Amino acid sequence: MRNLRILIGGAMTLIVIVTALVALVWTPYGPTAIDILHRLAAPSAAHPFGTDAFGRDTLSMIMAGAENSIIVALAAVGLGAVLGIPAGLLAAARGGWTEELLMRGADLTFAFPALLTAVMITALRGPGAYTVMIAIGVFTAPVLARVTRTAAGVIWVQDYARAARALGRGRGAVTRVHILPNILSVLTVQITIQLSLAILAEAGLSFVGLGAQPPAPSWGRMLNDAQTYIYTAPFLTLFPGLAIALAVLGLNMLGDGLRDAMDLRRRRRA
Amino acid sequence: MGIRQCSIILHDAATNMKAFRQVEQVGGRKNRDRTSRLLASGGRGGLLHCNTRGEERLLKTNMMRRPTILFAAAMVGLLPALPALAAPPDSLTLGIALEPPGLDPTAGAAGAIRDVTYDNIFQGLTKIDAEGQVVPSLAKAWTVAPDGLTYTFDLQSGVTFSDGTPFDCSIVQFSYGRAMAADSINAQKQLFAPIAKVDCPSPLKAVITLKQPISTFLYDMAWGDAVMVAPKTAATNKTQPVGTGPFMLSRWVPGDRIELVRNPHYWGNAPKLAAVTFRVIADPAAATAALLSGALDAYPDFPAPETVVKFQHDPRFTVDIGTTEGKVILALNDARKPFSDIRFRQALAYAIDRNAIVQAAYSGYGRVIGSHYTPSDPNFVDLANAYPYDPAKAKQLLQEAGVKPGMTFTITMPPPSYAQRSGQLVAAYLSQVGINVKLESVEWAQWLSKVFSQSNFDATVIAHVESRDLDIYARPHYYFNYDSPTYKALYAQYIAATDPAAQAALVEKLQRQLSADEPNIFLFALPKIGIWNAKLKGMWSNDPMPADDVTEVYWGP
Amino acid sequence: MGAVTHYLLRRCATLVAALFFASIIIFIVLQILPGDPALVILGPDAQADTLKALRHQLGLDLPVWLRYLHWIGGVLTGHLGRSTAYDSSIANLILQRIAVTVPLAIFAMLLASLLAIPVGAWAAARRGAVDGSIMAVTQIGIAVPDFWLALLLILIFAVHVTWFPAGGFPGWWHGTGAALKALVLPVVALAVPQAAILARVTRGAVLDVGLRDYLRTARAKGLREGAILWRHAMPNALIPVTTLMGLQFSFLLAGTIIIENVFTLPGLGSLLFQAIGQRDLILVQDLVLLFAGLVILINFLVDVLNAVIDPRLAQNLGQGLQ
Repeated sequence: MRNLRILIGGAMTLIVIVTALVALVWTPYGPTAIDILHRLAAPSAAHPFGTDAFGRDTLSMIMAGAENSIIVALAAVGLGAVLGIPAGLLAAARGGWTEELLMRGADLTFAFPALLTAVMITALRGPGAYTVMIAIGVFTAPVLARVTRTAAGVIWVQDYARAARALGRGRGAVTRVHILPNILSVLTVQITIQLSLAILAEAGLSFVGLGAQPPAPSWGRMLNDAQTYIYTAPFLTLFPGLAIALAVLGLNMLGDGLRDAMDLRRRRRA
Repeated sequence: MGIRQCSIILHDAATNMKAFRQVEQVGGRKNRDRTSRLLASGGRGGLLHCNTRGEERLLKTNMMRRPTILFAAAMVGLLPALPALAAPPDSLTLGIALEPPGLDPTAGAAGAIRDVTYDNIFQGLTKIDAEGQVVPSLAKAWTVAPDGLTYTFDLQSGVTFSDGTPFDCSIVQFSYGRAMAADSINAQKQLFAPIAKVDCPSPLKAVITLKQPISTFLYDMAWGDAVMVAPKTAATNKTQPVGTGPFMLSRWVPGDRIELVRNPHYWGNAPKLAAVTFRVIADPAAATAALLSGALDAYPDFPAPETVVKFQHDPRFTVDIGTTEGKVILALNDARKPFSDIRFRQALAYAIDRNAIVQAAYSGYGRVIGSHYTPSDPNFVDLANAYPYDPAKAKQLLQEAGVKPGMTFTITMPPPSYAQRSGQLVAAYLSQVGINVKLESVEWAQWLSKVFSQSNFDATVIAHVESRDLDIYARPHYYFNYDSPTYKALYAQYIAATDPAAQAALVEKLQRQLSADEPNIFLFALPKIGIWNAKLKGMWSNDPMPADDVTEVYWGP
Repeated sequence: MGAVTHYLLRRCATLVAALFFASIIIFIVLQILPGDPALVILGPDAQADTLKALRHQLGLDLPVWLRYLHWIGGVLTGHLGRSTAYDSSIANLILQRIAVTVPLAIFAMLLASLLAIPVGAWAAARRGAVDGSIMAVTQIGIAVPDFWLALLLILIFAVHVTWFPAGGFPGWWHGTGAALKALVLPVVALAVPQAAILARVTRGAVLDVGLRDYLRTARAKGLREGAILWRHAMPNALIPVTTLMGLQFSFLLAGTIIIENVFTLPGLGSLLFQAIGQRDLILVQDLVLLFAGLVILINFLVDVLNAVIDPRLAQNLGQGLQ
């Protein structure tokens, strides 16, 4: 059952990744190639997902959009990890005022939902994929910091970590040797979940026009365009949404499956 | 729809005053529910009054705060058996895409301010009618001295503002003086620059002396920026507009709607509508839904060209495709290389299929133009085919201009959908002749500072909505930096010309000169897609000026 | 008890510090925002002296620090300032918009709870196939973006059958019926993904508390299973559930703003976008501070609540974010 979930989730994630990779070298039509004669064409053999207002092939755009979603999600969560994990480790290792400062800083950052940050960055330097990456990354950092801090805190009070400290090893060394390896699995799960959240957030921000700019395809923006044509070409609302749901569902199932598998292992060990 | 407004006269005025206004403004089927509710709750032996005129009187009473009578209700709810006798409704709900930032046209440039207030709330000495002609408004007649320097206006008598303040020549002095003052925040202050002084030989006569003759003066004074405002209320017009027009503000719900009712002090013939509501619905799908469901009676500038077909096949609606003065152009920064090279600009013109752009960006509504002039003007010259779509020719010109394939420039796009769509399409066409276009979306605020004020851009898509604005190509350091001595000389001749025939000939020459130089790529004239209830009469087909003038609108049978 | 008091005091101090830092960040960002408010109001034809006059009128020619003090001083004394675009009191503007946003958020949260808590509890109590299929459905519910769901709802209930409006909000004074009708689709779109998350958490919480002790002891006392679940297991399970609801607030806020955008509802979200577009700086500052302040405050309340209920919980709070 659990392995099945990992399997299905993994397969869905793989589909999205493979699609993005294929889109790098091949799409049925150019994702930005316009064809005014065939605008707003309903799904057919030539265009399985139909065409948009400029006659662009929706399937090709969705394939190319996968790339955008993955890159933004990876970069955003990467940024969040680079900022958040060391902060969490440091807070757990030092405690006291350092911890208080870092964790309240995390609270403060967390108080700015990605949307708010994105709105402000957009106002400063225009919308775009980078804007979204930074906004989501900034929002991810405090989450990872808290998770890291909590997980590391649990390890720090274990006997082996205490013993290592008692033997005179530095906080950094203990973190490296004992803490980090032991919280890696927790972090992996959290990062998987954060990736799915990042894909959702990217779609939402692109939907309100803050994300990747045209002509770069983006699932969220495709949905925004689709709303304009909801009377004339309702099929346009369908496929980008399905793509988002597939990517998010896959990552969530993978994350949940991994978490349960780990719990099981831990319980067996105990 | 098709509901006769009735009035129920009650004695307990204070509590029902509000109810009256509510019913008054909703109109339509919602009235039914309210009526029954009000009857159930407060039907204290009132008197039933079933004609629109009665209701009109009630409204006036209401506005004058005489503590008597009360509220209007829907006939349908009361006497459902008599729909055939129903008089047409006398309220109107209009859709607008942008909410006006304030309602004072003398303190802001937004077109939406004029949409709501022009002639409805505020009036000037002259006005522009539906055909774009200058006609009398608060000035019933005028004479111009032979030297073109002295304008004598005969003012309408018996005019008061909606708060009762009388209008006379002192108001003209005040309004223009305020617009010209050092601390004026009038967005079109230059319109008043030619005025030397305003004299008042008698209360109903205004004599305006100009510093130099200006042929467009009467037209200029018809702008929304030149309306009459009273000294007492000028400072608060932004939120509580007090004008001389047939309507006045009754309620403004920011972000949603602006409700106007008849001005009881109006000097002219009372408008046929008792209440007008402007609803802000920017989203194309929501606008379509609102019209289809009857939540809106009209959308004078409909934002969803794609769904127009749906309305054309529906007998409940009138679809009126009119013209605006909007010219959508791909403005180029002629001061930058390679835009300074005419061959490069012409290559761009050949590379873009403008018919396809009109098709994709506006579902085929709108007309391809070849110069900075709109087809609605009698002196329009059709230059749409000066640069037909010809990618091969474009490539050849690019080569002559020494532009290598892979050359990159940025198109800065402001938020409106015409700009976003046209920008994307232009980028796609240019990529076919080997030019990479980077698209950059900016907010309106950034567009104004970066593109317009600082001229810091390569290219941008923008609609110029002022009519007959050939002067911008003669201005030094205007944002697109067109600098042609030939054009400037022609323009000077045009301004100095007094003979209409000579003026017309020069306007034609100016258009041809622009087409030949192609300082910007002229794309298409913005259409005005008007959709309204088929029973509605008197809506403007065209947009000679940003305005949704509903003073003559009424419901037919 | 002393430890908890100490914790609360420290937490209060950090609350104030966080709000202060938030105000500084917001103010700085808005000061470096490109675009001139006066130019936006007066448009391209405005002349230099006119722009200068307007800037003076708007107080934009004052030094930066003075403007910050004016703003924050006003906020602290309950004066949110005036909107330059609407030329009216910001407090009034925000109140009018809150009348849309807050009911939207509250109804969504209510609907989500009404759907999720019984379903989650049921799944936990039944286990087996019921549990499996409920969990599969919630898994999908979490993956569906709320704005896509909104579009699908519009497509079905506003375009195909015209039961509900596709957007817009008639206002509360035109009868509660019409207003509620306009909120139905947005509320459903917001609530479904929230409900999916909540159902999973409820299930987990009930499993944690319920199946451990309550069932055994209560059953020993001869109580029926349903009674056990509702009277004994649920109250305890609700602690982590409400905690999560508090932490979900930030997502709910962002979701509300986007959903308002889909349905063109005149709420706080559309006010924020509009204010930024018009460079209505004080209004933007107030709104962002309000949003950030709400998230900070709710995190604070959740922390305090949990410290009071169960001092051990405070440690683990941060984990439940997803």
